[in-house]
Amino acid sequence: MAKITVNGEVQEVQLPLTVAELLQQSDVQQPDMVSVQLNEEFLERNEFPTQQLQEGDEVEFLYFMGGGQVYV
Amino acid sequence: MYDFTEEELKRYSRHILLQDVGVEGQEKIKQGKVLVVGAGGLGAPVALYLAAAGVGTIGIVDGDVVDISNLQRQIIHFTPDTDRPKVDSAREKIKLINPNVKVNTYKQFLSADNALDIIKEYDFVVDGTDNFPVKFLINDACVMAGKPFSHGGILRFEGQTFTHLPGTACYRCLFNSPPPAGAVPTCSQAGVLGAIAGMLGTIQAAETLKYLTGVGELLTDRLLTFNAKTMEFRKIKTRRHDHCPLCGTHPTVKELVDYEQPTCELKKHK
Repeated sequence: MAKITVNGEVQEVQLPLTVAELLQQSDVQQPDMVSVQLNEEFLERNEFPTQQLQEGDEVEFLYFMGGGQVYV
Repeated sequence: MYDFTEEELKRYSRHILLQDVGVEGQEKIKQGKVLVVGAGGLGAPVALYLAAAGVGTIGIVDGDVVDISNLQRQIIHFTPDTDRPKVDSAREKIKLINPNVKVNTYKQFLSADNALDIIKEYDFVVDGTDNFPVKFLINDACVMAGKPFSHGGILRFEGQTFTHLPGTACYRCLFNSPPPAGAVPTCSQAGVLGAIAGMLGTIQAAETLKYLTGVGELLTDRLLTFNAKTMEFRKIKTRRHDHCPLCGTHPTVKELVDYEQPTCELKKHK
């Protein structure tokens, strides 16, 4: 088990774990509406499936927010 | 010397009493020119508070008319304003709150064609828009023009905001490019609690006044997020990224872009 911090909260996770897998585990419903910062670095979307997480990593999910407008 | 009338000294007395602001700060507010893009959920409280605060010139950009569904959160518009251009309704309320304010209205939507021309007249820009294409446009135009701005976004029970000054993190450092059209929330997942717009808009208004007066620490290189369900506020550290497509070392965004906006076919109930 390894400890990582997700959105400010420490979590115990089983390694190996990629960012894409973490998004899935974290029940993020629309990964396309999330931008990810790993240890304060912006992570390109195409890196989500390959980026492995490590003990002590700090992950932030930044959500796209508009203005409550309705979309299809 | 400061040139305040008796009426102004009384009107702004609570600012003038405030040690960090005083007559000097109030003068800076009076000299301030602020552009509010969008006279909607966020733009409404921003414009009202900036008007009350005595910002000398307020520009309002919005090409829309007031719809009854706006009134749940866009508190600058009243029921009799339905079907009126938002900029006219907003100008009227600003003038009623504070006749000293000069109001410039732009009855149009911000686009790649007009953005740089409009913002160049202002000291500070407030993003009070409700869609991603314009949020990216405001960011890009402000970064290109070296203008500070306040970003704001709300959804459901949540809000987020940051302030940009030249050289600090921009919207693209955090979000790169607009979400794919098919990914934006569906009708059933969208919506917003009206008061959230007030919570976020007043933070943006406070940032604007802090910028104009030079008081305090702006929300630069930090993204403030809150969730009203738990009333948890967080500040996420951010920074300008070298590979940002706009302000990074090898920019790929070199001109303004009008991105496509997906629209909702939610029918109006007649």
